[in-house]
Amino acid sequence: MSRESLEEMARLIRIDIIRSAYAAPGATHEGPALSIADICAVLYFEAMRLDPQNPAWPDRDRFVLSKGHGYQALYSALARRGFFDLKELETLRHLHSILQGHPDMRKTPGVDATSGSLGNGLGIAVGMALAGRLDRKDYDVFVVLGDGEIQEGSIWEAAMAAAHYGLSHLIAFVDRNGFQSTGTVNETMRVDPLAEKWRAFGWNVEEIDGHDVSAIAAFIQRARCQEGRPSVAIAHTVKGKGVSFMENNNKWHMSGLTREEMERALVELGAERGDAA
Amino acid sequence: MTLRMSTREGFGQGLLAVGRERSDVVVVAADTGKSMKTNYFAAEFPDRVFDTGIAEQDMVLVAAGLATTGKVAFATTYATLATLRACEQIRSFVAYPRLNVKVVAGMSGLTGDLEGVTHQGIEDVGVMRSIPNMTVVCPADGIAAKKAVKAIADHPGPVYMRVGRNDTPVVYTEEMEFRLGEVVVHRDGGDDVAILASGLALPIALEAEKLLAEEGVKAKVAEVHTLKPINTEAVVELARATGAIVTVEDHNVIGGLGSAVAEVLGEHYPCRLKRVGIPDCFTESAPYEELLEAYGISAAAVSRAAKEVAQEKRR
Repeated sequence: MSRESLEEMARLIRIDIIRSAYAAPGATHEGPALSIADICAVLYFEAMRLDPQNPAWPDRDRFVLSKGHGYQALYSALARRGFFDLKELETLRHLHSILQGHPDMRKTPGVDATSGSLGNGLGIAVGMALAGRLDRKDYDVFVVLGDGEIQEGSIWEAAMAAAHYGLSHLIAFVDRNGFQSTGTVNETMRVDPLAEKWRAFGWNVEEIDGHDVSAIAAFIQRARCQEGRPSVAIAHTVKGKGVSFMENNNKWHMSGLTREEMERALVELGAERGDAA
Repeated sequence: MTLRMSTREGFGQGLLAVGRERSDVVVVAADTGKSMKTNYFAAEFPDRVFDTGIAEQDMVLVAAGLATTGKVAFATTYATLATLRACEQIRSFVAYPRLNVKVVAGMSGLTGDLEGVTHQGIEDVGVMRSIPNMTVVCPADGIAAKKAVKAIADHPGPVYMRVGRNDTPVVYTEEMEFRLGEVVVHRDGGDDVAILASGLALPIALEAEKLLAEEGVKAKVAEVHTLKPINTEAVVELARATGAIVTVEDHNVIGGLGSAVAEVLGEHYPCRLKRVGIPDCFTESAPYEELLEAYGISAAAVSRAAKEVAQEKRR
């Protein structure tokens, strides 16, 4: 897909995030979904080998949203890629919806791993990558981690294992938006120096602009050429990216939004009737 | 002379046998290959064993990831670490998505004996039993454990199985079958009382039955190896036949077999019940049999409880 098309897809994902947030009961996680919209667009519309008609295809690439609270971006990407109807986005977090409060591999077509509580996706991805090697398959396993999430010790257990087993088919992103639930990451519990930490754990590390679709795609291409070690991109992002009053405003880590806020956000994103679900 | 064998030894042998039959069986260890006896499997199938090092959360998650691709993943560590440290990983990423992960945990109950309280998994059944989608299994001896491995490998979905490291008396024979969910009546001496045992407490229950017979008390001894889902019909049938039940287990009296049976009887057939087990306390370091004796899990204690419930029901 061209750069322009990927950027357009990321814009549509952001529109879906706002619309699903407004349709959902109570609060949703707008900010942490908006920061990964570009990564999700590149993964689902450029990088990943998928078949929406056959979500369980054994040879598909896998995606684990370890920071499960970015679910709105994932659900939009899956819907727009054809795993289920776009209309489902309006059912987010409603009773009996296929779209649970956090990703559920048994309820949502295309979700490869259940996630939600932080610190668990990387270990699951390690297991998927080990199975791929054992079965002599060439699929890749992609993971998106939060920069606050990596305060969980289990992430580093998995980081050690991924390098120990030389899992070059494991490709991760750290969504470096600088915020977590209660405040900035480095005020809450410093994670810097980030790149050095991953390097010390034996990973191939790059720092990229997490909103530049070309940079994201180029990183994935280079990561796929790595041999004998996993790759991670420290993806510098803006929490709430794309909606001026949400950017770097941690109120939008998790919030309900009023009709006015929803309309203002959609105007900023250039939403038109045709973009709607 | 009674044959003695540990349930972890039976697990190790059973795992190797299942590994030979099924190429989709893989093992994830947390520096536990030697202590959990997965080394037999590892020697023959080195490519199918993954060690996460001393990292139990990762061990469970890696097993979950393997299972998403269709593997039957055995995750093996000690009961305290599996069910308490990695509890959330088991609950949310194995049980909730119904992945085909078999958590097999050693040093269950007081079999962590000499290592002390940190290594004694006395709450594991209670923890695992309260998690939806989970099947909980506790084999009585080495031969039962060997057979149980095949049964749980063939059973689709999450399973927790507890084993121990001590050589304990073998009750099963190679000819006996092990079917998940079955309540096995090992001795039927009459209808005064039924002793329900799980795991390594089975030989203790059988010993108690002998003591009771000498005193003219007629007892049945039944084994509940599948603690969840518990076989409600079989438990009620035993209660109906005797009206007096004693449970015995190497586990805290809260949460394990005693609780499971009390839940069944309370709802379906209220009758006299006494629970023999660890009396809701932390124990200490000592040889296994001494610990059992000191904390009230003995043939004498079971027979005492059996006489009490048998007398009470007559009033």
